[in-house]
Amino acid sequence: MLDVKAGDEQSFALLLHRYRRPLVNFLYRMVRNREQAEDLAQEVFLRVYRAREDYVPSAKFTTWLFRIATNLALNSVRDNRYQRMEISLDAPVTADAEDGDEKTLDVAEKHPNIEQHLVEDVQRKMIRHAIEKLPEKQRAAVLLHKYQELDYGEISKILDCSESALKSLLFRAYETLRVELAPLVAQRARQ
Amino acid sequence: MSCSRMESKILGYVDGRLKEGERLEMEKHLSTCGACQLRVNEFRSVHALLDELPMIEPSAAFDLRVRARVAAEPAKQSWWAWFTPSPRVAFAASMLLLATVWVGRYSMSDPPQIDQADIPVLENYDVISSFEPLTELSQAEPADNADQQSQDM
Repeated sequence: MLDVKAGDEQSFALLLHRYRRPLVNFLYRMVRNREQAEDLAQEVFLRVYRAREDYVPSAKFTTWLFRIATNLALNSVRDNRYQRMEISLDAPVTADAEDGDEKTLDVAEKHPNIEQHLVEDVQRKMIRHAIEKLPEKQRAAVLLHKYQELDYGEISKILDCSESALKSLLFRAYETLRVELAPLVAQRARQ
Repeated sequence: MSCSRMESKILGYVDGRLKEGERLEMEKHLSTCGACQLRVNEFRSVHALLDELPMIEPSAAFDLRVRARVAAEPAKQSWWAWFTPSPRVAFAASMLLLATVWVGRYSMSDPPQIDQADIPVLENYDVISSFEPLTELSQAEPADNADQQSQDM
């Protein structure tokens, strides 16, 4: 990032290459819409570029990057929720329209047993929906903890809370997931 | 370690992020508490289930879109850029300066000639200079002043 700050365009391209995948995936799991996730990820990179001259390496670059991404995602989720409320107060929010994004095209090659594939597909939907049902801040905490593997200090800076508050937030989130995914958890325990 | 105290440490234990002392204390508790051991196993299962979600790939046009948006950004001006005039302003200021210098030089090299006949005060100078009542007036004033001073004394 310091090279980007010095005006090195190639370093910005490297940053883009290195962080686009984790960023798009984080945002996708937050907003559950691929197109919106990519738009938000572009906005994150644009903000990084705009702020390059003011960047001070007081914290890890990933902390700064995911702080921008988390704030954008939380705002987007809140805006979407209000939009949905305007459309319908009753219609349940489903991610089915987006489920196809994570499917592999060559199903037959990777899953010779179609029944097994269907079971896995149902499991993935359950997991996705369990994550979706978490309150936004808990969801962001779980995604940063589980998929980005950031430490407690980093996540607490991103979410602007103390480390003890973060641990409590994460514990509540994993407890909710444990309850929501109880059938799968029990199944796994039997294996 | 009690079960309630363990709750705050369970995630760190499953993550492998506990300090050595805390980890040993946790394992000591787990060896005697079936409920907490079950909770740890369930948390591990949740972690493993979350691993099953596949990653998505950014679209092929993603980089291009970011680069296009970055390229469309206006160049950021620093504070001292305010003192650097734009070429248009610099050109206009130069032209104005040249015009001022040219007008100044022209006016100094060729001062305007004023015809004395055009000045009405000087027109009847000869008549005024030889006008008798005026000459008497200028001589009488010092005398009047001298009389007044002697009276005061």
